[in-house]
Amino acid sequence: MAERVLMKGNEALAEAAIQAGCRHFFGYPITPQTEINAYLSRRMPKIGGTYLQAESELAAVNMVMGAASAGVRAMTSSSSPGISLKTEGISYMIGSDLPCLIVNVQRCGPGLGGIRPSQADYNQATKAPGHGDSHILVFAPATVQEMVDIPFKAFDLAERYRMPAMILADGLLGQMMEPVVFTDESAKQNEKPWATTGHENKRPPNFVTSLYLDPAILEQKVTERFARYAEIEENEVMTEGSYLEDAELVVVAFGATARICRGAVNQARTMGMRVGLLRPVTLWPFPKKQLRQLAGTAKHVLTVEMNMGQMVNDVRLAVSGAAEVHFYGRAGGMVPTPQDVLAEMRRILGGEQA
Amino acid sequence: MTDYNMLLAGFGGQGILFCGKVVAYAGLLDNREVSWLPSYGPEMRGGTANCSVCISEEPVGSPLVTEPNVLLALNGPSFDKFIDSVVPGGQVFIDSTLVERECSRDDITLFRLPASQLSLDEHLEGIANMIVLGKLLKETGFSTLETVEKALEKCVPPSKRHLLEHNIRAVKLGMSK
Repeated sequence: MAERVLMKGNEALAEAAIQAGCRHFFGYPITPQTEINAYLSRRMPKIGGTYLQAESELAAVNMVMGAASAGVRAMTSSSSPGISLKTEGISYMIGSDLPCLIVNVQRCGPGLGGIRPSQADYNQATKAPGHGDSHILVFAPATVQEMVDIPFKAFDLAERYRMPAMILADGLLGQMMEPVVFTDESAKQNEKPWATTGHENKRPPNFVTSLYLDPAILEQKVTERFARYAEIEENEVMTEGSYLEDAELVVVAFGATARICRGAVNQARTMGMRVGLLRPVTLWPFPKKQLRQLAGTAKHVLTVEMNMGQMVNDVRLAVSGAAEVHFYGRAGGMVPTPQDVLAEMRRILGGEQA
Repeated sequence: MTDYNMLLAGFGGQGILFCGKVVAYAGLLDNREVSWLPSYGPEMRGGTANCSVCISEEPVGSPLVTEPNVLLALNGPSFDKFIDSVVPGGQVFIDSTLVERECSRDDITLFRLPASQLSLDEHLEGIANMIVLGKLLKETGFSTLETVEKALEKCVPPSKRHLLEHNIRAVKLGMSK
């Protein structure tokens, strides 16, 4: 086995992106994701890659669009306010069917907000990553090891389905160090016959655009895209679960919050409470089916988030009234503690016994 | 083995984050689960620096330590800020050259070590943090000296290799007090 090394989440993700075959990074610094920029600015020139600090987030995302059009693995990273600036470019890439990787190491909003961890960009990432009928793949790592593992998966799926992928991390995951292992996994390569690489008069020219003025053609494009989305929702959902078999109360949490909830669930089990944890690893596609099934056996679902209640709406839709859905959240950079979550679980289950 | 939720705090420049990294690396080398989380961004500038370090048998849940069982305070403001958050039975380590405080709590164990003065006396300028780390190692037994030496080798960058011996000497000095 490869050596376990201690690495910061942001740096681990940056190194993983390189190992996943990314040689083109365009970004702009912002706390708490700046270490991704710093790391890649050191590494990229040494391996023949491009690191470019753009004049703004808008410039950076449009450089990603240019690189992605040429078929190379390109990425950008930012934190919440910077991602808002990038949404125009993200929408253009969705409309042009371009694969790329976007990293959001979330901080608090709205506006400049604060620099502490947050999950308040869930709705933005999963519902409206840009204007128009659109989705992107959204992955939510919960450990620094997953900051390493997910970029491989994200690039591969982005290319197979020809769409942007986002890693939705947060300040905790970006800043913390944990032991990680880099395996010798080689990056999967996908054919890109659509890339604008120069036709050399040997094939018809490729044309990358998101502009379709003929409504019939545009409707067809959007419909085709949604057929792909349906395929993704069927095949690419990723979750991790614990103690779900006999759970009366299922806790649903993603990212850093899920690791806090895991502590609370483990503790609750030692106290004899029948609770389990479902952690969506992909936020889009969302584990609708699995939640619906769980709602058949569990009486309660508790969603815990570092926001005022965003994923809980997807949970409500999936559960569809089959179980009572509760919410606990903190905002502004406050991080819930296992004790907070435990108290919430006791309140829900205790109320039933009374 | 005991699970440790440590909070290390002081001024920026005292080597708080480095000290925490050595502790975390030692835990990693002992094949335990570890996490290290710093304070970050503008809150670091000209003010206090602190980091949370967890060492556990189980995968670490929250890496943010709000109720430490070990507190290392290298300046007065850090002591004032965090002393009440230590769990009963916890261990608190202070650099008594810099922290001139009385402690009103009798449900914790307080270790006072004049680390900054010792660092001057013993020609270990600038690494009082490692002296306190030695004391922490001796009193908590979170790892062994051998492992901490290996952790230091991992944490000291190649450009500062010549300082490795100094660091190890400082840790040993702290252990002898």
